[in-house]
Amino acid sequence: MSACALRVLLQRAAVMRKAAHQTFSQTRAFPQCVTGSYTYSRGINTLTNSLRAEEKVTVHFLNRDGKRISVKALTGESLLDIVVNHDLDIDGFGACEGTLACSTCHLIFEEAVYKKLGPISDEEMDMLDLAYGLTDTSRLGCQVCLRKDLDGMILRVPDVISDARVDSEKESSTAPPKV
Amino acid sequence: MKMMTMINLVRGSVMKIHGLSRASRCLAAEGGVRGLSSSSGPRVCIVGGGPAGFYTAQQLLKARHDTAVDVYERLPVPFGLVRFGVAPDHPEVKNVINSFTQTAQHERCSFHGNVNVGKDVTIDELRQAYHAVVLSYGAEGNRSMGIPGEDLPGVFSAKDFVGWYNGLPCNKELHPDLSCETAVILGQGNVALDVARILLAPVEMLKETDISQNSLEALANSKVRRVLIVGRRGPLQIACTIKELREMVNLPKVRADMLPADFKGIAEVLKDLPRPRKRLTELMMKAVKEGGDDKAEKCWGLRFFRSPVEVLAGADGKRATGIRLALNKLEGSGESARAEVTGQTEDVDCGLIISSIGYKSIPIDPAVPFDPRRAIVPNEMGRVQDTAGLYCSGWVKRGPTGVIATTMNDSFDTARVLIQDMEDGKLDLSVNKPGAKAITALLQTRGVRTVLFSQWEKINAEEEKRGRSLGKPREKLLDVDEMLKIAWS
Ligand SMILES: Cc1cc2nc3c(=O)[nH]c(=O)nc-3n(C[C@H](O)[C@H](O)[C@H](O)COP(=O)(O)OP(=O)(O)OC[C@H]3O[C@@H](n4cnc5c(N)ncnc54)[C@H](O)[C@@H]3O)c2cc1C
Ligand SMILES: NC(=O)c1ccc[n+]([C@@H]2O[C@H](COP(=O)([O-])OP(=O)(O)OC[C@H]3O[C@@H](n4cnc5c(N)ncnc54)[C@H](OP(=O)(O)O)[C@@H]3O)[C@@H](O)[C@H]2O)c1
Ligand code: FES
Repeated sequence: MSACALRVLLQRAAVMRKAAHQTFSQTRAFPQCVTGSYTYSRGINTLTNSLRAEEKVTVHFLNRDGKRISVKALTGESLLDIVVNHDLDIDGFGACEGTLACSTCHLIFEEAVYKKLGPISDEEMDMLDLAYGLTDTSRLGCQVCLRKDLDGMILRVPDVISDARVDSEKESSTAPPKV
Repeated sequence: MKMMTMINLVRGSVMKIHGLSRASRCLAAEGGVRGLSSSSGPRVCIVGGGPAGFYTAQQLLKARHDTAVDVYERLPVPFGLVRFGVAPDHPEVKNVINSFTQTAQHERCSFHGNVNVGKDVTIDELRQAYHAVVLSYGAEGNRSMGIPGEDLPGVFSAKDFVGWYNGLPCNKELHPDLSCETAVILGQGNVALDVARILLAPVEMLKETDISQNSLEALANSKVRRVLIVGRRGPLQIACTIKELREMVNLPKVRADMLPADFKGIAEVLKDLPRPRKRLTELMMKAVKEGGDDKAEKCWGLRFFRSPVEVLAGADGKRATGIRLALNKLEGSGESARAEVTGQTEDVDCGLIISSIGYKSIPIDPAVPFDPRRAIVPNEMGRVQDTAGLYCSGWVKRGPTGVIATTMNDSFDTARVLIQDMEDGKLDLSVNKPGAKAITALLQTRGVRTVLFSQWEKINAEEEKRGRSLGKPREKLLDVDEMLKIAWS
């Protein structure tokens, strides 16, 4: 049994869960950004080819070590897609693979850019509330998609708690985040 | 909606392609360094194949291209609480299994299931065979309420109840009696909410998940109509997080039944709360106000300011028929407020009581320091106290709180500390260590045969096959002997 099969299984599970959502509640906790632009033929290359080359924009990531990583990416891609497709070295990013179940894709935006992004779903806010170093301009990278007008934006990758002693205090998952 | 489903599938496949390519590139880059198998290079042993074990391994493999990592796991199957804790209706959370699988299949990593460390092999033996040993064995026990009647039939720990619906072999015979109308859950953390949701969710919501079939059938026949989730402190101290609370609020055909009196004075302090706490509290207050579908015959409710004092037995004294709760008042405010008893009590009739006041780590080997009060392995940033070469990560390092992301971060930290010790010369790497070769041979002399990752994949395939015929992603095997038979077939 291969890892691929395992993954397919998990994807199926996620789909089924969504089917359950559909039947039983109004909750929609999945990225809306890609509607339209993506064809669902197969794999990444088909996806990218279906978008025109002139829709490339630049995104700058300020990583935890202070280093700046700049990449050119396609509009319509989510910020998680960018990190994955460009193999950016951000430890632990996107653990739940974009299904709004982990908050490890937390990114901090410049205020002006943040305002342009538009409304956040309750479900994204719910997961964001668990993120370390939550700020007023935080979003989850798997829920934000690249647009032309976001060209040149700078995203900060927040620090995570790195002192084990801080963590071992009586932890409350809803406590205000410590940066 | 259909469109979105497809998009997500595509997204999934993108991750997959990327993941694999990253792995293969990584191997290519290492080139000559590999081929380590029996030669030099640090050898690290990890005890426990849950998130802490796999995330520690991942970081070690990434940071040092000469290091080999072996993971030893008590059960024949990997992934710890991701398999046996995370609720069956939360399959997205289990996506982390994909990266754990990549780690396990890494050239310099090997997985050895069916090894009970502390019994089959001691920590000292492992320390002799490896340059460093990382304890990542989680929290296999649970806190007890310490009240009379706790052992009566009808009372369960959440750990066992969760193990039962998630197919944990040692809980397959739990047979909880679900013929009563009211269930009381003690504790208001996310585990309590998982249990409440599973008890009240329409069976259609569960039947296509990987919930074990015997529990699905028991739940389908359940008579439980009302679930009370009881906390010793107030609404501002509730331990669950908002996503799980929202799932309760949105549960179809179930209404909320709360006590408005529990929320006295809360509206006034709302505006000064940090955002996460504020949103959580607002959602609770919404549930208090709206209640939900009046025609729903099932209901759930939070009860605050109440501590368990005694499980009440029926006339024959043979099983639980209710619980006595002490009514509390709060001393202090905010996260650190304490519950103090008022002297008043309240009896609640119920046939099912589930204690969800926390998991607890247990010592596995007398050679390892253990702090019985905090129930963790005492450590400084993951370095086990007074024991060079011994480290810890995950719940056994921090205590049994925190989501997978918390466990991930603290495991990365432990790995970084360990690497630093290698680089600073604190760990003696000058002698060659035999690693798994020596340990497997030792285990063999004791009649212990391990389950390798490729052998787990046989179990995995069988579980998927059984699941398919039931319209589920998998049907977990409940019997360890059966797992072993398939693994070694
Ligand atoms: C019921 C429940 C539901 C949860 N749901 C979520 C969720 O939805 N989302 C989320 O983010 N987090 C969730 N969590 C939290 C998450 O599961 C933990 O943060 C995480 O699993 C802790 O990882 P760990 O590796 O320290 O422990 P574990 O996951 O417990 O792993 C420890 C491993 O060590 C093995 N082991 C134990 N003793 C030995 C021994 N003597 N020798 C060898 N191996 C041994 C165990 O079999 C196990 O595989 C949940 C927790 C619980 C209890
Ligand atoms: N979906 C998810 O993300 C998910 C699902 C399940 C679990 N998890 C995580 O796993 C961790 C463990 O969850 P958990 O629910 O077991 O633990 P938890 O969040 O620590 O909650 C424990 C609960 O038990 C209560 N309690 C403790 N001792 C008590 C006592 N002696 N008497 C009465 N009440 C007592 C606590 O109240 P006090 O606050 O007063 O101490 C609290 O309500 C958590 O971090 C949780 O977030 C996450
Ligand atoms: S990747 Fe998990 S929430 Fe975005």
